Amino acid sequence: MRGESRAILLGADIDTDIVIAGRYLRTKDRRIWATHVFEDLDPHLAPRLLGAVIVAGKNFGCGSSREQAAIALKGAGVVAVVAPSFARIFFRNAINIGLPLIEADLECHDGTIVRFDLESGWVEAGGKRTRVRPLSPHMLDILRAGGLVEYWRVKR
Amino acid sequence: MSSLSERILGAPAGEYIDRKVDRAYVHDGTGVLTLEAWKGMGARGLFDPSRISVIFDHIVPANNSTTATLQHELREYAKGSFLHFSDIGGGICHQCMSEGIVLPGEVVVGADSHSCTLGAFGAFATGVGATDMAAIWLTGETWFKVPQSIGVHLHGAIHGATEAKDVALTYVSQLGMDGGSYRALEFIGDGAGSLSLDERLLLCNLAVETGAKTGMFYADDVTVDYLARYGQSAEQQGTEPCDYVQELEIDLSDIVPLVAVPPRVDTVKPVRDIAGIPVDQVFVGTCTNGRYSDLARIARIVKGKKVAVRTIVVPASRETMREAIRTGVLTDLVEAGCSIGTPGCGPCLGAHMGVIGEGEVCLSTANRNFKNRMGIGGEIYLASVATAAATALEGEITEPGVP
Repeated sequence: MRGESRAILLGADIDTDIVIAGRYLRTKDRRIWATHVFEDLDPHLAPRLLGAVIVAGKNFGCGSSREQAAIALKGAGVVAVVAPSFARIFFRNAINIGLPLIEADLECHDGTIVRFDLESGWVEAGGKRTRVRPLSPHMLDILRAGGLVEYWRVKR
Repeated sequence: MSSLSERILGAPAGEYIDRKVDRAYVHDGTGVLTLEAWKGMGARGLFDPSRISVIFDHIVPANNSTTATLQHELREYAKGSFLHFSDIGGGICHQCMSEGIVLPGEVVVGADSHSCTLGAFGAFATGVGATDMAAIWLTGETWFKVPQSIGVHLHGAIHGATEAKDVALTYVSQLGMDGGSYRALEFIGDGAGSLSLDERLLLCNLAVETGAKTGMFYADDVTVDYLARYGQSAEQQGTEPCDYVQELEIDLSDIVPLVAVPPRVDTVKPVRDIAGIPVDQVFVGTCTNGRYSDLARIARIVKGKKVAVRTIVVPASRETMREAIRTGVLTDLVEAGCSIGTPGCGPCLGAHMGVIGEGEVCLSTANRNFKNRMGIGGEIYLASVATAAATALEGEITEPGVP
């Protein structure tokens, strides 16, 4: 699975409360999460996420287990998230809903073009390629299926 | 030798394993998405309804018709499917699971990040998301990476106005918000044995605030006695020397009342260093500090006095509330001017029942003080019950006196 997109830079320890606030959780309308993603961090950020790769600091997705955080990012059009480390529940949630994550400490700016290949295990920014630990075959299967729901629907 | 996680999961740290789970639970927040994902998987059955719990705690009673409609669907499904269902007022999922359900050595998954709380029993207990949980409903299994373990050596005993909460804030500040990532915290040493089960639940509760997969205590006589009260028999887990990837040494007798200042749980200061900051609301409750022992503690401090600011007390469960009624604790709280909420999460997640306003400050006994969590533009200071009680009486952040 390959991708290429422009970077949007965010800081470290981005918690899932800041990705999608608790006040928006009680709905099944996924558009609401995509619309209000990062609202408390920067109300103008959501529309810029379409087709972007988020490049963040360490411990992205910490805090609450709310899966709506990963769904909101994917729904807003985020192609992948790159960070030196992810909080473990967010990591599982993202793979399970089909949002690729890449563990890497990437040097780049807002707007830098980021390329990645999940199978081969590399990510590239500003022409500099960084090797990353490839996702397990099981995780890649889930991502290829589009998420764990689709994975199981086909498998059954 | 093996860590407790390795013993329970049956594999060495670093290995990926598929493991059958003994207990799986969701709440009204994550349960709606779990049910939707489970239906999306084309699922018709549950792996074992007797091992699955649905516990309404996050927005109870419902705050508006949207929430009520979402809850209705999950409630109707849960009631008709022979799984353990706890409706509004039953209490917080982690607390309900701690009242004679989770046993030492079990693998427990909850669709909530604070599921690590139940490691207090010597179980391997951790949080997952809704879609993971849907697959667990379907198959009874999930994958884990067996965690490396951090040994948290506790020495001595808590004294004075210090509480287990101050111990928890101490280790969170030492490890930082990602210092425990992908690892399990094992609380060991003579100080661990001196702690009550309630205090152990609290210490394990904050493990996830360091990114840890879980926090754990070895089951000992305290665990066995606690479970016996619920008619459960359990065996102690012998401790054995184990190679930890990291070790912390904490002398319980050194710890003073602490507070985590907004917006991070790992920014911790002695209460006395920030005393005098005016607060608008005090909140005592949650899966961190809403147990009977917590309610009894605040009642002891405010009894016969009047709180100076609005003070919300939410029992962690119906059992907790019943005991507080029986012993007169609830009467003392009401007479001191406290407001009592329906057992559940209360205002911790900023959805209802005590949301704070722009520029307001809340001193809370909960576990998260992230930006805007309890309301847009509000700030949250996290502290112990004694600090919350002293603060409620003065209307400003106040160091608790020695009881």
